[in-house]
Amino acid sequence: MSLEPEMLKSLVKAAAEQVIASAAELTALDQAVGDGDHGANMKRGFEAVLGKLETIAAQRPDEALKTIGKTLVMTVGGASGPLYGSFFLAAGDALCNKQLPADLAEVFGSGVNAVSSRGRSKTGEKTMLDVLFPVWETLQSEAIGPDLIARVRTTAQEAAARTAPMQATKGRASYLGARSIGHVDPGARSSCVLLHAVCDTLEART
Amino acid sequence: MTDTVGIVIVSHSRDIAKGTADMVLQMVGSEVKVAFCGGNPDGGLGTNVPLIIEAINQVWSPKGVAILVDLGGAETNSEMAVEMLQPERRDRVVVCNAPIVEGAVMAATEAAGGSSLEQVRTVAEELSAA
Repeated sequence: MSLEPEMLKSLVKAAAEQVIASAAELTALDQAVGDGDHGANMKRGFEAVLGKLETIAAQRPDEALKTIGKTLVMTVGGASGPLYGSFFLAAGDALCNKQLPADLAEVFGSGVNAVSSRGRSKTGEKTMLDVLFPVWETLQSEAIGPDLIARVRTTAQEAAARTAPMQATKGRASYLGARSIGHVDPGARSSCVLLHAVCDTLEART
Repeated sequence: MTDTVGIVIVSHSRDIAKGTADMVLQMVGSEVKVAFCGGNPDGGLGTNVPLIIEAINQVWSPKGVAILVDLGGAETNSEMAVEMLQPERRDRVVVCNAPIVEGAVMAATEAAGGSSLEQVRTVAEELSAA
């Protein structure tokens, strides 16, 4: 593994701060299609992650991912806790015998599959997976480098926007049926926010 | 007293969880162990993995524990809580696909008779079959 502690710390800090800064937007989206707690839940979870930033930065990257996952599971208080938590726990497990950045796609994919089995969902159901799966494909199709960062950013942005015309069939939004159409999915949006924070941080350092 | 399957009630609202537990106690009696929890870590509406784990351990029985949940997040968080239990307890806990109030009463009624975890679950889930 080659992910320097300073870089790891910057990535985690940026991701957490961006999610916290987006809390109001995520809540507004969730009020449209869900129960309106996504922003507050994600904020609580990532504030807890920020509270452990020094511990996380001192850990091996695979352990750091697992600490983030466990923290989210224990503090988020909504379905997004186990969903995002499972992503980081599984990615941490996968990273244990892998190298970054070479095995990035594989590590990310382990996280995506964990979310998929936890939520018993794939794509097209207006969820965070509608961002995570396309980004995983991009990671598999492109060589590591500046172009990849730009592609990931665009993929995440466009994929989140594509959830607006979808009708939700999973989670609370599914109770709305056709009324869920027309709003970006809050989980897709929070995934996009996290990915953009990672892209921004990586770009600033390269 | 012979062992009975423990019942855990998980709602987004602590009031709903407590009310459901009260109904079980009144309708089924106190021979079945019932625990309940609700609310997110800040005390607002939501569910909370550490509290669910605590509730499961509180009513633990060698016959197992049946969990009744309300909306989506309660189910996801309950499944996560089960996975985080000690390995020897994990396989003896089920999340029932049943309405929370009726499911809890039916599950507790079945459990009170000394039924197995599978029987308790089946009776609760028959409510969702129609």
